[in-house]
Amino acid sequence: MKTHPTFIHMARKVVFMTCLGMTATSIQASEDYSRFLRPAEVPQPDNNRITTARVELGKMLFFDPRLSGSNWISCGTCHNPALGWSDGLPTAVGHGMGVLERATPTILNTAYQPLQLWDGRARTLEQQALGPIKATGEMNQDLDEVIKELSALKGYRDAFEDAYPGEGITKETLAKALATYERTIVSTESPFDRWVKGETHAMSQTAQKGFEVFLGKGRCALCHDGFNFTDNGFHNLGLKGDDDPGRYGIRKIKILKGAFKTPTLRDIELTAPYMHNGMYKTLEEVIEHYDRGGDTKDNLDPNMQPLHLTASEKASLVAFLKALTGEPTPVILPRLPIE
Amino acid sequence: MQKQLTQKRPHVAFIATAMLAVATAQAAEVTVNQHDKAFVIEGNKVEAVTINVGDTLRFKNDDPFFHNIFSLSDLKTFDLGSFPKGQSKTVTFDKAGMAEVECAIHPEMYIEVTVK
Ligand SMILES: [Cu+2]
Repeated sequence: MKTHPTFIHMARKVVFMTCLGMTATSIQASEDYSRFLRPAEVPQPDNNRITTARVELGKMLFFDPRLSGSNWISCGTCHNPALGWSDGLPTAVGHGMGVLERATPTILNTAYQPLQLWDGRARTLEQQALGPIKATGEMNQDLDEVIKELSALKGYRDAFEDAYPGEGITKETLAKALATYERTIVSTESPFDRWVKGETHAMSQTAQKGFEVFLGKGRCALCHDGFNFTDNGFHNLGLKGDDDPGRYGIRKIKILKGAFKTPTLRDIELTAPYMHNGMYKTLEEVIEHYDRGGDTKDNLDPNMQPLHLTASEKASLVAFLKALTGEPTPVILPRLPIE
Repeated sequence: MQKQLTQKRPHVAFIATAMLAVATAQAAEVTVNQHDKAFVIEGNKVEAVTINVGDTLRFKNDDPFFHNIFSLSDLKTFDLGSFPKGQSKTVTFDKAGMAEVECAIHPEMYIEVTVK
């Protein structure tokens, strides 16, 4: 991971100042936490660099319900920016109001993810983008049909030409445009980030204590590490009554039975309910789950164990998680071509 | 001073391994550390390693969390399970070819093993 030189400089300055005069017990004093700051540069493939025209086209497509078979569900229906780029539901609702098996994951910071989806079955955003459009339970659309529909609209013909000159309106350019828009959906500065950069009071004392528990006794950072608070790995958390095979459906390795991708914790406050099946309504319930060391022990991730956290440690963890909520980013909805 | 030492060490160690292989002309063991969610040999992050038929790779976990080792390659299919910091697992390659070895928990951990 690249680190931003300015961030390192600032983090070091904090350490220096603290050593000199302050006697506060702040954990900031002893460590360089710059690995928790989002790298300013978003990873992007050579054959699909981010340009304004591509972002604008991708945004139109993202919010256009005509991408679905019913002409009624857009990407933004489930990945709603007003609900942390998710849907606020335990599990997703798709075509014909059918309830799906898994929760809608937020698409925040997916640009930084080496694997997409709960089970990691897509590697790139380009590979992922067309999946939900085709899936009968989700947007239930025939891809050839959607290409035909988009090609009939002058607004889209022009927008595709601006974004991908000479490439036309194809499945590939559709996927590339959607992926490009998704790469712009990144986390913004949170009280935690300001604290890491040296603003001592940006995060409450309780939240600071929570960060200490997060790194230590709470064992959270064993998986939720780095700026995106994920190891990009797969773990079985022992959720009661859940028999979804998860990653095992993709890779037949024992430890992956019931394992799902570690999600980001950025803006976690905004994306309730939690877990891949949405079984917990609050962060407090999630922390109780981890404190118990999970419920179903069959194939439980070996990093899981009872934590014996005190009530105040649990409360401080919640305060810390809420300090990961970034500044809101206004999303201006595009006008979609009607002819 | 510390930095110089850690920079020099890999070279020395690398030569040692090579000499051992030449001297015995059989069955060497190469340690691959699992460090910061990457495969590391003699202090260097690697995505490929070449060994001889009969050689053994020892995967050693240096991280404070569990790692796994598996391969679903045609050359050799195995799942060594998962193991915590300080522990290691070995696998011997008895045929020539290429195998992709990964950690199931952290798919970014990937190493191509060429067996000559
Ligand atoms: Cu691993």
